[in-house]
Amino acid sequence: MNAIAQTTAERTAKLKGLGTARKRVEDVRFTQGKGNYVDDIALPGMLFGDFVRSPYAHARVVSVDKEAALATPGVIAVLTAEDLAPLGLHWMPTLAGDKQMVLADGKVLFQGQEIAFVVAEDRYIAADAIEKVEVEYEDLPVVVDPFAALEPDAPVLREDLAGKTEGAHGPRRHHNHIFTWEQGDKAATEAVLAEAAVVAEETIYYHRTHPCPLETCGCVAWMDKITGKLTLWGTFQAPHAVRTVASLISGIAEHNIRVISPDIGGGFGNKVGVYPGYVCSIVASIVTGKPVKWVEDRMDNLMSTAFARDYWMQGKIAATGDGKITGLWCRVTADHGGFDACADPTKFPAGFFNICTGSYDIPVAWLAVDGVYTNKAPGGVAYRCSFRVTEAAYFIERMVDVLAQKLGMDPVELRLKNFIEKEQFPYQSALGWEYDSGDYHTAMEKALAAVDYAGLRREQKQRLAAFERGETRSLMGIGVAFFTEIVGAGPVKNCDILGLGMFDSCEIRIHPTGSAIARLGTISQGQGHATTFAQILASEIGIAADDITIEEGDTDTAPYGLGTYGSRSTPVAGAATAMAGRKIRAKAQMIAAYLLEVHDDDVEWDVDRFAVKGQPERFKTMKEIAFAAYNQAIPGLEPGLEAVSYYDPPNMTYPFGAYICVMDVDVDTGVCTVRRFYALDDCGTRINPMIIEGQVHGGLTEALAIAMGQEIAYDDLGNVTTGTLMDFFVPTAVETPHYETDWTTTPSPHHPIGAKGVGESPNVGGVPCFSNAVIDAFKPFGLTHAQMPHDHWRVWQIANRLGLHG
Amino acid sequence: MHVTMTVNGRRVEALAEPRTLLVHFLREELRLTGTHIGCETSHCGACTVDLDGKSVKSCTVFVAQANGAEVTTIEAMAAADGTLHVLQEMFREHHGLQCGWCTPGMIMRAHRLLQENPSPTEAEVRFGLSGNLCRCTGYQNIVKAVLAAAAAMNAQQEAAE
Repeated sequence: MNAIAQTTAERTAKLKGLGTARKRVEDVRFTQGKGNYVDDIALPGMLFGDFVRSPYAHARVVSVDKEAALATPGVIAVLTAEDLAPLGLHWMPTLAGDKQMVLADGKVLFQGQEIAFVVAEDRYIAADAIEKVEVEYEDLPVVVDPFAALEPDAPVLREDLAGKTEGAHGPRRHHNHIFTWEQGDKAATEAVLAEAAVVAEETIYYHRTHPCPLETCGCVAWMDKITGKLTLWGTFQAPHAVRTVASLISGIAEHNIRVISPDIGGGFGNKVGVYPGYVCSIVASIVTGKPVKWVEDRMDNLMSTAFARDYWMQGKIAATGDGKITGLWCRVTADHGGFDACADPTKFPAGFFNICTGSYDIPVAWLAVDGVYTNKAPGGVAYRCSFRVTEAAYFIERMVDVLAQKLGMDPVELRLKNFIEKEQFPYQSALGWEYDSGDYHTAMEKALAAVDYAGLRREQKQRLAAFERGETRSLMGIGVAFFTEIVGAGPVKNCDILGLGMFDSCEIRIHPTGSAIARLGTISQGQGHATTFAQILASEIGIAADDITIEEGDTDTAPYGLGTYGSRSTPVAGAATAMAGRKIRAKAQMIAAYLLEVHDDDVEWDVDRFAVKGQPERFKTMKEIAFAAYNQAIPGLEPGLEAVSYYDPPNMTYPFGAYICVMDVDVDTGVCTVRRFYALDDCGTRINPMIIEGQVHGGLTEALAIAMGQEIAYDDLGNVTTGTLMDFFVPTAVETPHYETDWTTTPSPHHPIGAKGVGESPNVGGVPCFSNAVIDAFKPFGLTHAQMPHDHWRVWQIANRLGLHG
Repeated sequence: MHVTMTVNGRRVEALAEPRTLLVHFLREELRLTGTHIGCETSHCGACTVDLDGKSVKSCTVFVAQANGAEVTTIEAMAAADGTLHVLQEMFREHHGLQCGWCTPGMIMRAHRLLQENPSPTEAEVRFGLSGNLCRCTGYQNIVKAVLAAAAAMNAQQEAAE
């Protein structure tokens, strides 16, 4: 018996473990329309809730008359702040240590703010009834500019904070000021700037935008009065945290709350926060005794749920005459809207923006971020990036280009000259991070060779000459970006959300017949966790990925974890999966040794089995071991084969990449066409190359959207002028270019399998790459910077200002 | 009003308010939840179904307008024995989906596109799908999947002839 029927390679391939382009298990359901998303849930007697929203950006709410709405047949209840106040639920805590109105309490602070929650028998009746709620407003002066908001005589937005000079993140110096967050050495940085041979300065605005997942936010709340148990299905990127927060604010014991994130139609950061719709649905279910569903429409989503970015970044970068960067200075004014609802780890009110020294060995730096209230929607989430990392990457990748221009150097040459060297890792940055691993020169050189960078620059020169001769009206831009991400939050010692440490978890049960189920504290929103986590486990425990079920999102069954955002699933939950797998393997080793009648140390792991050292024909497969765990009385061992791991990462991971974009810019129409896009990503150990490539395509397309047209814009009265998909740019297949993807592999030294995470890298690196390409096209005419988004009109204006229209 | 239509080959009758949107009728009355809603303004295409041989965005079609019509949704694409349609297979093979929200509309549109143009070029696929938005994939693998499906369907056709 026990003949070696298959080679090691065959047995390894059968597992479909690490490095395999395994087809996704999710797709069998999704391609047939058999996903189970929140709006698909239908429960007997279920009611539907909808919001009366403010048309004003800043107004006093004088009165709310709900009589006519309540008189509408089919309307069950209309909730206002007055109804929520006795429960203490008219306000709720935000993730950023501020508080936020659930329903307007005396005033509104942004257009689209929730005023009343109408509960009706169906969504049509609810939609009719919200029109019948009469609200009397008294409009107040509107502030949409964060700089104007800090003027001494600016209107007071947050009257509830009157006289409060101390906020969640330190002193407040003005009635619309939230916090100032400072990092680095100001005096030393300013001394370097004062003496530097060259200093480049620029003010860079990263405009307000929105994650806009194709599925909007929603939930179904059901308070079962018989069992006393609240079940809440919702579009939650962090179901366990939602359960804890729901318990803390409602007073319902945590064991009586079950939160379920079913399939989620994209998140991109939008579904991290807690929204008034969730709270109102819970209250409405308690009040009516029936399940209550609330699902936003697209306008609700774009106007009221979490926005992203809105950072004004003033920068100074110092260098020697030959291009060695000597210091970086940055002052940010951050527009947080009416409430500070940023989704950041508690100790980081500006997220990890202090990664803004980027991929460069910059000896000294200083950074200060001022958070400011305005009459805009609250939020400030990480839209397909780790916390404020895309802002940081955009800042440094633009500043380096601006500096190169001032020095008269090629932007690639300047980057190569200042990269952190491979030998410097682990690298301590001037603003406090320890970069785990990197090989930036190799990645950049590979990218340059792949696109024939020198050839592209020659072609660009020829195009410019042709333009100047009047033979073409098209300019060529070459955008280069080299980003360093910081993901995988994070070590519990410095990363928490509302006091909950940002560890993550995996629990594994091996079934007697040798298949398995693993449950994790994260939740997929399209990333393919059911596919990739099974691959990590397959390689660890020698059970084929096809025989492993992955489950997430049900707080009654899954182990506690902080959820999926900030590219943290692979770095944290992926690590937990590997560690739990190793516990399984450790017990399996003892079982195998017992079965083989040798000492524990006399067996060794071999792909899917333990074999006696030096006698590979004597072995026990994981299948055999699993069965033995359930049918043998093994001295000194408990029956069963299960393990759980709560993984607290020792450090973040630092994925990086080199992106190059070739763009044709029509100076007469402002139309920018991406002719070529090359993306090299280094995300450490690669789990599923197919899924990585898909993540890169998607992230780049979101970057294209942001750089080239997507924004949440407000007029002076605080009206959202981009509140539907008519005005809010989401690229179609026509505008989206073909992408070339590539990679290098520099494993993370502290992650159990060396993986770093990838989902958000392409957005972080993509935005500066597209933007640099547009600006690069106009550099010969003296342009140093232009604010995003680079839509046709704005690009036409650049050309016009530069006198290119004759 | 009294509504009758043929949905996925099955005759259905119901009482519905004339203003009911077709997508709500399909999802809530018939419980065919594969058709999704992404924008309610005809921009995203997640609600795309086939109506009398044309792609329509069912979020902006009243049920009254669909009275007497023949409607096909994603639920009818796989064979009765569970065998996936070649488009569904190719979307899986080429990783043409991630979160799955746009997928049913995307497949329904691709299905009609390949009826209109059985051998499209890449540019024609991109243009033909431009009424359907995807936030996850960047379209590259969707386009690849549709081109592969077209090739497979044409090969099947040739083999049959």
